[in-house]
Amino acid sequence: MSLINASVDSAIAIAERRRNKLGSSVYSGRSSVVLERGFMALKTSNWIIVASGFVEPVLYLLAFGFGIGQLVGAVSGSNGQQISYAAFIAPALLATSAMNGAIYDSTWNVFFKMHFAKLYQTMLSTSLGPLDVAIGEISWALLRGLVYSLGFMTVMAALGLITSWWAILAIPGAVLIAFGFASVGMGITSYLKNLHQMNWINFFMLPMFLFSGTFYPLSIYPDWLQAFIQAWPLWHAIQLERAFMLGNLSPEIFGHILYFVAMIVLGLVFTTKRLTALFMR
Amino acid sequence: MNSSMSMQNMIEAKGLTKKYADFVAVDGIDFVVKRGEAFGLLGPNGAGKSTTMKMIASVSKRTGGELTILGKDPNKYGPEIRAHLGVVPQQDNLDRELKVHENLFSYGRFFGLSRKFLKGKVEELLEFAQLTEKRNSKAEELSGGMKRRLTIARGLVNEPEILMLDEPTTGLDPQARHILWDRLFRLKEQGVTLVITTHYMDEAEQLCDRLIVMDKGKIMAEGSPANLIREYSSKEVLEVRFGSSRNAEVAEQLKGIGDRIEILPDRILIYSENGEADLRTILTRGLDPVTSLVRRSSLEDVFLRLTGRTLVE
Repeated sequence: MSLINASVDSAIAIAERRRNKLGSSVYSGRSSVVLERGFMALKTSNWIIVASGFVEPVLYLLAFGFGIGQLVGAVSGSNGQQISYAAFIAPALLATSAMNGAIYDSTWNVFFKMHFAKLYQTMLSTSLGPLDVAIGEISWALLRGLVYSLGFMTVMAALGLITSWWAILAIPGAVLIAFGFASVGMGITSYLKNLHQMNWINFFMLPMFLFSGTFYPLSIYPDWLQAFIQAWPLWHAIQLERAFMLGNLSPEIFGHILYFVAMIVLGLVFTTKRLTALFMR
Repeated sequence: MNSSMSMQNMIEAKGLTKKYADFVAVDGIDFVVKRGEAFGLLGPNGAGKSTTMKMIASVSKRTGGELTILGKDPNKYGPEIRAHLGVVPQQDNLDRELKVHENLFSYGRFFGLSRKFLKGKVEELLEFAQLTEKRNSKAEELSGGMKRRLTIARGLVNEPEILMLDEPTTGLDPQARHILWDRLFRLKEQGVTLVITTHYMDEAEQLCDRLIVMDKGKIMAEGSPANLIREYSSKEVLEVRFGSSRNAEVAEQLKGIGDRIEILPDRILIYSENGEADLRTILTRGLDPVTSLVRRSSLEDVFLRLTGRTLVE
């Protein structure tokens, strides 16, 4: 597509270009314009609320890492090296930052846009398809997760908690984690009908945060409980970021990556289905 | 525009049906909308107008019959068809996080239109909607009439051949309605095909070249407003009130006056070629109505005749 032609293209010519392409009834290849709308609306966001989501894990790092860390002393990482308690929990809080950002946006904000602002109805009355909306909105939530994680990594670097060059991989790791949570978050939210049901999301989030090997290794639990926790996404996220931050790479990380790829795919499929059922039935 | 173009069918529906689990919203309707026409769907709430609109706008799949928009099947070419259409929903769903001009811009971007094109287009539409001075206001700060004009302007950003308006003036004050009608006339002059649902007969009479009267998912009648009135009603209507307790009893004594009599809870309607003469007859019979009024027949009367019910209940 040349730049000169783009300016004279009609909406119809643009839509017809995708005729007979795979998935053309649900996808127009323009999820980027959904993101664009997000940036346009950004300046009216409530910055205090946005910032508070970022601050939370930082406060945990300070209180637990440096407060309780004084009592705990050094702990051993998964390959036996001695690390500070703060260095042990920081990757877990990094994973939590990615999760929080993605979840805040893909649950409450999505619920608001879906049921009160009727934003998706508006988008779907244009030549956009439900998959464009799903990818666009999930990417938007992902970005918030990424921004939180980058902010958290900056804090970690400032506190001297980044010791390995492998830590650079924690950034794509955070993208993957945020993508997975955003995708599943929007998928679940699209099925919820009222604010009462929305509160259930918080009900699951807090215990998951506290018990997924965030503050101590999973090995202190009995086997059955370990297996239960390993079924939840945050454990995989924490293991992945801990491996990257501490430079302990093992084949296990592929399992964690796969877990998140599955989350992304499932979330996209269900979100698209649900948007179709809600607004195009 | 040559004559063959002007005869082109923009929308064709044959046996168009929409069933939900336990009820039939649209029950096998046939109609054709031609290029440049203002086509109305008139009926009470729940008649199936909005469902029909949604199927045309290809955001709702038909469950039976045939439907083509510009020759395209919405089940196959949904996004393409939506690119041809401008949609003005019943409830304003403007983007309240964005400013007035951003609402137009972002909507245009959803169609994939270039920034360069939209820069000019947005100014043109602000002008059309008489919102140039409000360009930097937040959408939610606008009055009801302004919001509706912005929603219409938004629906025009992709230069649609068909503009779909669902109850365009519901909830607006008389002045705002007239401004809106004026804008719609201008669009029609420019050759935009309008599809309008309404339960206001004055609106249908003002705006529509041709309309279908719908009730319970079916088409009861079709034609121009004038033809429908000629066919289904008399020239004039005499409305008399005797007080709600006496209406039914007095109606017995009105036999033989006018072509037809409708007894409503609050008044009696006498369909007639000469309302004043009939009113004199009533008075000479010694009946003394509390109030009386002679008016010309409207689509409301057509609807009452066809369904036995009033439009706005």
